Amino acid sequence: MTVESGGATTAALNPRPRETTQPDQLVQLLTPEGERIEHPDYPLDLSAADIRNMYRDLVLVRRIDTEAISLQRQGELGIWASLLGQEAAQIGSGRALGPDDMVFPTYREHGVAWCRGIDPVKLLELYRGVSHGGWDPKEHKFHLYTIVIGSQTLHATGYAMGIQRDGAVGGDGVDGGGAEAVIAYFGDGATSQGDVNEAFVWASVFNAPVVFFCQNNQWAISEPLEKQSRIPLYQRARGFGFPGLRVDGNDVLACYAVTRKALQAAREGQGPTLIEAFTYRMGAHTTTDDPTRYRLASELEVWKLKDPIERVRAYLVRTGQAEPEFFAAVDAEAKEVGARVREACRTMADPPPLSIFDNVYAEPTAILREEREQYAAYLESFEEFGGAGR
Amino acid sequence: MTTLTLSKALNAGLRKALENDPKVLIMGEDVGKLGGVFRVTDGLQKDFGEDRVIDTPLAESGIVGTAIGLALRGYRPVCEIQFDGFVYPAANQIVSQLAKMRYRSRGNISLPVTIRIPCGGGIGAVEHHSESPEMLFVHTAGLRVVACADAADAFAMIQQSISCDDPVIFFEPKRRYWDKAEVDTVSGVANALRLDSARVALEGTDVTLLAYGPLVRTCLESALAARQDGRNIEVIDLRSLSPLDMDTITASVRRTGRCVVAHEAPVYAGLGAEVAARVTEQCFYHLEAPVLRVGGFATPYPPSRIEEHYLPDLDRILDAVDRTFGY
Repeated sequence: MTVESGGATTAALNPRPRETTQPDQLVQLLTPEGERIEHPDYPLDLSAADIRNMYRDLVLVRRIDTEAISLQRQGELGIWASLLGQEAAQIGSGRALGPDDMVFPTYREHGVAWCRGIDPVKLLELYRGVSHGGWDPKEHKFHLYTIVIGSQTLHATGYAMGIQRDGAVGGDGVDGGGAEAVIAYFGDGATSQGDVNEAFVWASVFNAPVVFFCQNNQWAISEPLEKQSRIPLYQRARGFGFPGLRVDGNDVLACYAVTRKALQAAREGQGPTLIEAFTYRMGAHTTTDDPTRYRLASELEVWKLKDPIERVRAYLVRTGQAEPEFFAAVDAEAKEVGARVREACRTMADPPPLSIFDNVYAEPTAILREEREQYAAYLESFEEFGGAGR
Repeated sequence: MTTLTLSKALNAGLRKALENDPKVLIMGEDVGKLGGVFRVTDGLQKDFGEDRVIDTPLAESGIVGTAIGLALRGYRPVCEIQFDGFVYPAANQIVSQLAKMRYRSRGNISLPVTIRIPCGGGIGAVEHHSESPEMLFVHTAGLRVVACADAADAFAMIQQSISCDDPVIFFEPKRRYWDKAEVDTVSGVANALRLDSARVALEGTDVTLLAYGPLVRTCLESALAARQDGRNIEVIDLRSLSPLDMDTITASVRRTGRCVVAHEAPVYAGLGAEVAARVTEQCFYHLEAPVLRVGGFATPYPPSRIEEHYLPDLDRILDAVDRTFGY
């Protein structure tokens, strides 16, 4: 075959998706305009206070994110992966978690971390270069950030297999009838990884209590979704033998409802679910990225109209469930949290140099002890001259 | 004492581990009903059930990745990688996740995962079934890497690896699976040598010959042959490749003044290079000759009809020993 023009080649290499998602396949409970709509499969019993709390979560995590971007620009952080635009997907799913459920995040799940009670300053440690992971996963039931794309989905599945072996599935969560589930976060790019597909196979054949929560933010750095899949991502689940669904990822109520239902199914022994939260990465991939090189500003404008926070605000105002004082108080708290995060970041101490040698093995090996001693002596040798080596 | 093949000794060790700790799991391809392609896990699924001896889907990254998750939940998984050349799909999970989790978590997480890998050549196999990939893991901080050479060590070392709180890559010399030895299966591992210790397998005075895994037997045979020529070789089974037991090595080399390292893996940037550098640093004034290495060539593993030329044998090892007397 002779390729006659560049256009023909491009068409051959970039086939259009054969199927498109119909609007009714998107689970939505709150429109971008802030109107509540009912869905037969997802009745919602949230109180006004619950929704106000979610609004607060959304605003605070966006503020933390904004603060972190500024800190990176000012040289206080090496890098930052912004969650801008994905707040609803993270807060909705994060607030659906039970206290015993276990979370396996990527490196962008700052909103879920917030829901698990992790001090945002701990997240900054990683991006400042102070540690590779600043919290105890067991304490928060929130695993460390995983940077290699998709690797954590297998950890989540294995953990879920452990829940099965502990007999903590199928119960009702009370009176010793244990019921726990796992949620694995990943992005649209990760769905191409072997590990994610292997996790789907494992979870399916072992019927593991794990929810796969894919935030499809449309972009894997510079690669659009079309480079990852010719079908909507949620439809992949069917081929693996478990249900998949697409939810409006900018709708915090819908994300909450679908995640809660999927987690409950997992706890009851019904196995895995794939949730595709259809959202948009409003910022750069990380602070080192320049999205103007690969995407149009007009795309951003379209998604700005679907903002995850504005619709909750509109809903609360329209239904009279929140007064201006509430919004003012949230804004004031956001300012406070931002200031605290900023101060804590700027005063964060570097780890001592010899901590390089800590925690490689349960007990240091002879070679590590020797290297540590030699390097300590080397550093000491500068002490005579004022400790220049430190 | 019971006479067991190396394969049966591993089976007995795994059985003990499963009996002693309900958190121990075995997982891999064909480890259940079939008992593994080398029958190392023979009968274990029948006795301990499908929840503890798990036939997994055919994906090595999945095996190690889910084992990590199980370990995070408090289990002690023992993964079987069916052949050395099949471990690479799991490289990310082993190198970037398993090895680094303790460090990443600043000591909050232990991952007591053992990964068993049949290794080495000499069985006339097709490509990918005869490799020696140990250095990839030796060069990865956070992993312990060990190799058993006989049935007695196999029985003890597999149990020690499973009870170790660090991840352990456990190499099994596949062409020695059928070698028999006396194994003390009664007294357990309490009296066994530490997992990270080398062992003087044969005492000698003239030259220190270091090996591990399948070449320990070859080196012992070489030493016996050399005795007939009046050459007294000390053979050390390294057992632990990471960390290295330098104390045992240097104590021997300081006595003999000569050192030869043998392995099936390529000589180039192999374990012998690390041993040579350290022995030279630590025993410089005791050495009568440079540390010499004998091992695989800087090539991929060859087709099996000519593998005997690739694998160090008695003659090539003794040739290296002889050369240390030429300085």
